[in-house]
Amino acid sequence: MQRTDYFIRRVFWACVTILVVLTLNFFLFRVLPGDPAKSIRDPRLTREAQEAIRVRFGLDKPLLINTAGNPFDSQFFLYYGSLLQGDLGISFNYSRPVADLLRERLSNTVLLVLVGEILAIVIGILFGLISAWRRGTGLDVGVVLIGLFTWALPTFFLGIVLLIVGSSYLGLPVGGIRTPGANYASFWDEVVDVGRHMMMPTLTLTIILLGQFMLIMRSSLLEVLGEDYILTARAKGLSDTQVLRDHAIQNAMLPVITLIALTLGFTVAGSILIESVFSWPGLGSAIAEAVNRRDYPMLQGAFLLFAVSVVIANMIADLMYAMLDPRVKPT
Amino acid sequence: MTTAISHPATVPTRGSIADFVRQLRRSWIGMVGLCMLLVMIILAVFAPWIAPYDPYQPVRARIDTIYAPPSAEHLLGTDDGGKDVLSQFIYGARVSLIVGFVASLITVTVGGLVGMLAGYYGGRIGTILMRITDIFLVIPDLPLYVVLVALLGPSIWNIILAISLISWTTTARLIFAQVISVKERLFVLRARAIGASDGHIIRRHVFPQVLPILLAQNALVISVVILSEAGLAFLGLGDPTLVSWGAMLNFAFGRGAISIGAWWALLPPGLGIVWLVLAWTLLGYALEEIVNPRLRTHHLMPQRQPHSTRA
Repeated sequence: MQRTDYFIRRVFWACVTILVVLTLNFFLFRVLPGDPAKSIRDPRLTREAQEAIRVRFGLDKPLLINTAGNPFDSQFFLYYGSLLQGDLGISFNYSRPVADLLRERLSNTVLLVLVGEILAIVIGILFGLISAWRRGTGLDVGVVLIGLFTWALPTFFLGIVLLIVGSSYLGLPVGGIRTPGANYASFWDEVVDVGRHMMMPTLTLTIILLGQFMLIMRSSLLEVLGEDYILTARAKGLSDTQVLRDHAIQNAMLPVITLIALTLGFTVAGSILIESVFSWPGLGSAIAEAVNRRDYPMLQGAFLLFAVSVVIANMIADLMYAMLDPRVKPT
Repeated sequence: MTTAISHPATVPTRGSIADFVRQLRRSWIGMVGLCMLLVMIILAVFAPWIAPYDPYQPVRARIDTIYAPPSAEHLLGTDDGGKDVLSQFIYGARVSLIVGFVASLITVTVGGLVGMLAGYYGGRIGTILMRITDIFLVIPDLPLYVVLVALLGPSIWNIILAISLISWTTTARLIFAQVISVKERLFVLRARAIGASDGHIIRRHVFPQVLPILLAQNALVISVVILSEAGLAFLGLGDPTLVSWGAMLNFAFGRGAISIGAWWALLPPGLGIVWLVLAWTLLGYALEEIVNPRLRTHHLMPQRQPHSTRA
């Protein structure tokens, strides 16, 4: 009963957060200086053309509530209405619907982030385990220092370094996702080509995330190893490996789930910077590109997609945690 | 009435801070971080005297001064505009430090206030404040910074504003948890029993207890802020009137330093960021260990084992 309560509450707050994000998105782009209405005030346009554009984008309507006629006939409600239909506006730069453009790029970002995240988790957990198990040894100190160092590395700088290493010493491509103009003989050829393009961006993301997973796994296992039930297991005469495998690891893994959610914002930031360095055609480079070209609908759409996916992923992580850890109580 | 509060049971402010400093001096990680930081601060403060050239001076680039390799004249070579890289590097430390200090100060102040008020008063105010915190906590930082700075215009104050606007949430959560436990402690209950006002209790009893945590948190916040500012500048959203490390990398990367092989234009700003962020991270790590090794699992920091079970 309590459990269901917790789940419902968690989903409810995720919905509230998404609503706040959507509203924030609306006001940011309409109230702050440099809003879309200003960006289309091109002096070359005639007055009539300007007016037509304003009508086309609904900018002639009142901002919040229409006091003259239908109260819902305002920019604010039109914005929500078009969002519900999956309409994110038209890109200034590509003159195509933002939703279509982002859909094409979403899968590229998901591919990069997923592989990078999984690699970081697997390697991070492994090193964290070894480090905690061999606590106080040179290996352990090394893991902690590497963890702190990778945390201090600026993502884009690491990306630039790896880009140089990859392109000048390993013969890897300098950017993009596929070789331009390539004609793939088979599906396998395409996989190999994409893989070669992916190698360095993925490695960058993995290194950036690795430190946090190593350190949290290490501290989590150290904490679990201090618990009474570990002492009991030892007292039963179980071997070190048995204690670790059957009693410690499972419990130490819990914080890692939280960490996946916590690092999502970090991963998003990473993907923006990494995609910019490697010209990876994903959501992150869409944001960077939109900023440089003053493509506000694109910027708005990409921000929205990023924010909403992080909120949803966060919620899923919380629900998963609650399912795995019976101690979670509704607050 | 209030004189009774200076009973030995209350924790003296000065004592805990002095203790704090003494413990910091014993931590080698903390001292390494502090020394690394001092080097950068000296560089930034005395930039006009240390830097061989003025990076804000307009220069006339000639074909042989563009991406000139390191020489006696330009110890770290020149950039795409024929400007001295070493001088830009030295001045770049200023932007990172100023943005780091100011934004983290705002962040920690706002976060500390929200956390203290929510934790101390609890009830409806507390719930509302923490709900707002939770909502802002999950919005991914960098995309929001990008949007804010792109719309407000890339000046150093807008960058600071954008960063401060949402990074206070972690601090608020942390202080909230701490205040909840502090306000139930005996000396607070005792002060309240003898009629001390809320303002007095917060100032004299709660605040001194959370201050060391705020200091530790501040060091970690600064390291994140410096990385965020550099990332924004790299994306082309740095203050165009100032020389910063992120902007140096943006120009070098965007203007062919890689194909020319001008490593001297890329490495100094990158390593500068690593140096400064590492300094704050080490310092923050040491401070956090002192403040309370068991307080929380900061998602970066390894925790000490509470009690050893292994021989």
